[in-house]
Amino acid sequence: MAAVVDPEIRVVTIDELGILRAVEEDPASGRVTVTITPTYTGCPAMDVIRADIRRALAAAGHGDAEVRTVYSPAWSTDWISEGGRAKLAAAGIVPPAPVPAAGVVPLTLAVRCPHCGSPETEQVSRFGSTACKALWRCRSCSDPFDHLKAL
Amino acid sequence: MNGPLDFTLGLGDDALIAAQRLAEWTTRAPEMEEDIALTNIALDQLGAARLLLSYAGELEGAGRDEDALAYLRDDRQFRNVLLVELPNGDFAVTMAKLFFLAAYQLPLYTALAGCADERLAAIGAKARKESAYHLDHGALWVKRLGDGTEESHRRMQAAVDQVWPYTHELFAADPAAPVDPATLRSAFDDSVGPVLAEATLTRPESRWAPVGGRTGVHTEHLSYLLAEMQVLHRAHPGAKW
Repeated sequence: MAAVVDPEIRVVTIDELGILRAVEEDPASGRVTVTITPTYTGCPAMDVIRADIRRALAAAGHGDAEVRTVYSPAWSTDWISEGGRAKLAAAGIVPPAPVPAAGVVPLTLAVRCPHCGSPETEQVSRFGSTACKALWRCRSCSDPFDHLKAL
Repeated sequence: MNGPLDFTLGLGDDALIAAQRLAEWTTRAPEMEEDIALTNIALDQLGAARLLLSYAGELEGAGRDEDALAYLRDDRQFRNVLLVELPNGDFAVTMAKLFFLAAYQLPLYTALAGCADERLAAIGAKARKESAYHLDHGALWVKRLGDGTEESHRRMQAAVDQVWPYTHELFAADPAAPVDPATLRSAFDDSVGPVLAEATLTRPESRWAPVGGRTGVHTEHLSYLLAEMQVLHRAHPGAKW
């Protein structure tokens, strides 16, 4: 079940992204409860993720599994695993910087181009192809790329 | 107002109507990146609206879910502030609305994250992270347009002047609410003031202060918005994609 991938970023699993919060099996009934949390409140991928989890569990013999969605504590990009970050980078999506300790600090750290490694990059838009990504461009190789925003 | 239900409904309606207005820019924004940005922000607002309206339905205890509240109420039953229902106007007006709304929602959700109501606290903790990006985006455009060309400055100032009277309603005192909006005014002033100054814009004098949204007395604009938003659901009750 941990092999369920994010429908919008298919290189990482929901476990690696930190969306999967808990999997519990009732010892008496054997019923499985899966707890997940959305990256963004309006994330349109949640229904697909729920359906994929149910399908994976049904295939493993847990047809009556329950999928719970929780909102607290709120998801953070800090929950993305090292393995998940490596896979994002390999797919050309720059992983997020650590979330600033308190308040919101304007992000001025250099973001390296995932294609050529150049730090000469610029943000085109802080809102990208999905809710969790910003759109960037490399000034050295001119290629656009995605950057997962710190949240 | 009387407690958590009206408060939650008001916040949910703010987010829902803001989402609907922002979504009107889809495929019409001045550039592709901005089109995507406004649609993203609309999606965040819709996400918050769904959580808030679902919870409002539970508080009410009359069996209404988020869809029943969004699609089957008439204008007088909506509790959103007037600011979010105003027409989009030109791009500067949209940015003025977005900026002022985010400067209110960010401290609101932040305060909500620490309130005694667990559900509202969870929603606040989640939504405030998204609001921070909305505020950043709105501020960026207010500065870019205000401190831009003569024409962009003129239009940004006109937008701020037009929208400003509607910001006062955001902070109408409600001591019984989980977070009293009156307590958010100083945080709003602290984030709006420096941005307007940097944008070389004049903060308008506070005179006319229209209210009514929280008690269901809206501008005529809301009715047209609802007609478009609700028509499909009402024509095909219970229809699913």
